[in-house]
Amino acid sequence: MELITPELGLIFWMTISFGILIFILGKFAWPVILKAIRKRERNIEEALQAAEKAREEMSHLLATNEKLLNEAKLERDALLADARKLANNIIEEARQKANKEYEQILASARVAIKNEENAAFIHLKNQIAVLTIELTEKLLREKLSDEEKQNGYLQKLIDEIIFS
Amino acid sequence: MVRKFFIFLVSFCFAFKLVEAGPSSDKSTEFRPGEMIMEHITDAHEWHILSIGKTHVSIPLPVILWHDGKLNVFCFSKFHHGQTDYKGFRYMTEGPYKDKIIYVGSAKPTLEIKNPDIPLDFSITKNVASLFLSVIALIIIFLTVAKSYKQSEKQAPKGLQSLLEPIIIFVRDDIAKTSIGEKHYERFTPYLLTVFFFIFFNNLLGIVPFFPGGANVTGNITVTMMLALFTFLITTLSGNRHYWQDIFNTPNIPWWLKIPIPMLPVIELLGVFTKPFVLMIRLFANMTAGHIIVLGFMSLIFVFGNIHPAFGYGISLISILMSIFISLLEILVSFLQAFVFTLLSALYFGMAIEEPEHLTQKQH
Repeated sequence: MELITPELGLIFWMTISFGILIFILGKFAWPVILKAIRKRERNIEEALQAAEKAREEMSHLLATNEKLLNEAKLERDALLADARKLANNIIEEARQKANKEYEQILASARVAIKNEENAAFIHLKNQIAVLTIELTEKLLREKLSDEEKQNGYLQKLIDEIIFS
Repeated sequence: MVRKFFIFLVSFCFAFKLVEAGPSSDKSTEFRPGEMIMEHITDAHEWHILSIGKTHVSIPLPVILWHDGKLNVFCFSKFHHGQTDYKGFRYMTEGPYKDKIIYVGSAKPTLEIKNPDIPLDFSITKNVASLFLSVIALIIIFLTVAKSYKQSEKQAPKGLQSLLEPIIIFVRDDIAKTSIGEKHYERFTPYLLTVFFFIFFNNLLGIVPFFPGGANVTGNITVTMMLALFTFLITTLSGNRHYWQDIFNTPNIPWWLKIPIPMLPVIELLGVFTKPFVLMIRLFANMTAGHIIVLGFMSLIFVFGNIHPAFGYGISLISILMSIFISLLEILVSFLQAFVFTLLSALYFGMAIEEPEHLTQKQH
């Protein structure tokens, strides 16, 4: 049989068998297979999309969490700063108060000391005066033990007073 | 299942038959590679399986002849390899009508035949039988796969299904979708898938050197012609207005190429027929060439063996290695040719249904 001449018998059988093949596969095999593949592909696609969505939501959630956390942190910082300020204020106030009191105490102490000092000084003065008087009395008594001397001295004193 | 069909096919031919060597082997014992190769790649009325010495084991196939308004069905073995006539029909073993069955009536075998009465031959030849086998195998394979898709809809594919799914998706996405376009590809995908798997399966079957294979179906010009004809018919029938306008009144072309001598329309119209013609020739030539090369390497063993047996053994090593290499190449070619045929078919369909985008451009 020739290599390059088409044969009637084969044309006939090829048309029939290939036609049957196209018909049967086209009716019973390919629609089912292609539909199933497409369905699965769609399923996979949907699943992927859902996963993507979930991931997005997750990241959104994470972002929200972070935001909340940041806010909380800021709030805490603010609170801490406030508290610190308050504490500082209190300390400062206390210090000032203490200082004031100290000054006051110091001032009153000073006054008291001054008073004491004055009193002591006056007392001392008095004492000295008393002592001087006593001493003078003793000395005079000694000196003016005799009459002559007494008169002399008296005369001298009178002179002094008169001539002065 | 394949075996069942085969038994059915030859049941009225008394199954296997050991046939005495025909007269051709009596002529000379000389090995003729050209003859051997041609015998292997062309069609035959019997399916030769193997020869042991002078004993040939082959399956005689049914002969179906339409002559004088009557259908004659009988087994090819009735001819005894052309030694006897049957019902007035004679199988020619040589001469200009070699391998043909002609009607000779009661003429003597010695009589030279001029202007023979050739009946219409619808015989189940080797290629037809192989064609039936492959069609039935393909139907079984894909119905099974379709069933498993139906049963395990949401599960991952397994077995045969997982083997074929990537190829199906490849044909659908890389051939149909890219060539035809997103809009219309679904209409042509079933045909493209059928053609692809038909060619691929038969190509592979052709490489198998023993019984169910080796028939060179896709290397037969009739088969490739019919395949190309199917593509041609689908292209022509689905061609839209734009497609025909591109052929008969190609836009953006100087007018003097169309009037008064319709040079371009003739060329374009010729192109409509050359496209499927090229499809036919390409598949036929590629597959036949592959078979010829493998058989050629095998023939070398016997050519050298005829000179001296030692030569034959020596050369067999190289021949076998080269045959293996070519066979591996043929596996690649099997896929490639199926791919090319399907891709080009898809491209032609794409051209036929292409939407007129450049119609709005300036026309001469």
